[in-house]
Amino acid sequence: MKTAVIVFPASNCDRDAQVALEKVSRRPVEMVWHGETTLPPVDFVVIPGGFSYGDYLRSGAIAARSPIMQDVIKKAGQGLPVAGFCNGFQVLTESGLLPGALMRNKGLRFVCRQQTLNIKNPSSMFTKSYKERSEITMPVAHFDGNYYADDETLNKLRKNKQIIFTYKDNPNGSVNDIAGICNEAGNVLGMMPHPERAIDPMHGGTDGLDLFKSVLESLR
Amino acid sequence: MKAIIHIGLKSGVLDPQGRTIARSLSHLGFENVTAARQGKTIELELNNTDKTTAENEVKDMCEKLLANTVIEDYRFEIVD
Repeated sequence: MKTAVIVFPASNCDRDAQVALEKVSRRPVEMVWHGETTLPPVDFVVIPGGFSYGDYLRSGAIAARSPIMQDVIKKAGQGLPVAGFCNGFQVLTESGLLPGALMRNKGLRFVCRQQTLNIKNPSSMFTKSYKERSEITMPVAHFDGNYYADDETLNKLRKNKQIIFTYKDNPNGSVNDIAGICNEAGNVLGMMPHPERAIDPMHGGTDGLDLFKSVLESLR
Repeated sequence: MKAIIHIGLKSGVLDPQGRTIARSLSHLGFENVTAARQGKTIELELNNTDKTTAENEVKDMCEKLLANTVIEDYRFEIVD
C-alpha cells in the first residue's frame, strides 16, 4: 500500500500519521505540501490533524480550498480512499467531501482525553480489521468537534450506514454522539479522534492500528 | 467601494457562545437581554465601480468561502 499525508501550514499530526502509515504499510510515506497541485500515485491519503492556517475563518476552511485539495477531491470522487483525523475531518466537511459541519464544542472547552468509541459500522473499509470488537479507545484533542447535520442528512447517514464511530460519553455535544462518518461511497472517512496517536503501547493504547490495517486489508 | 458582510449561525443551530454571552450579561444586571447570537463581520475593500457586479461577486465569495452555508447565514451591504 502506497500512502501520502497532506501537510498544511500548522498541521501538527502529520508526522504521527506518517509513522502510523509506515508502521502498517512498511513503506515510506509521501509527504505532500498543500501547494502541490497533483497527488503522487498512492492508494491511500491521510489529511492530518492540527490547526491548518491557524484555524482562521473556520477550522479547516482555508485548507479545504488549497491547491492540493482540488486533486484530493477529484481522486476521492474516483474512489481513492481518504481519511481525515481531527482537523482533517474539518477539512473534509469544509471541502464538501463529507456532509455536515464541525462546530465549537458545546461546553466551550478544548477537550483532550482518552475517549471510548463504539464502532457503528464494523464492515466499512476503515473498521473491518477490528473484527468482533465493538468498543475501542483513542485520544481526542479538539475545540471544534461538535458535529452538526440537519435531520435529512442524519437520516441519510443512518440509512446508508455512514456513521462509523460514535462516542460512548459524548465529549463535545455532537448530534447523535457522532465521532466519525464516511461518504456515501464509503471511501472517505472523517473522525475527530486520533487513531494515529494510538499505535504504540507507549501511547497508552494501540486501538488505532486496526484502522490502518483495515484500509490495507481492503486494498488487497 | 466596500462590502460589509455579517456571518452568523443559522437560527436553528445552537450557539453556545451566544448563550454564554447572554448569561454573562444577565449576571451583570442587564435583565432585558433574553438571548444573544454571536457572529462575525468581514469588511472587504473592492475595486468594483458597478454595484450590481460587486453584489454578485460578494455573494459568490460568501457561498464559496466566507460562510459555511451548512451552519451559517450571511448578509451584506455594499457601501461607497
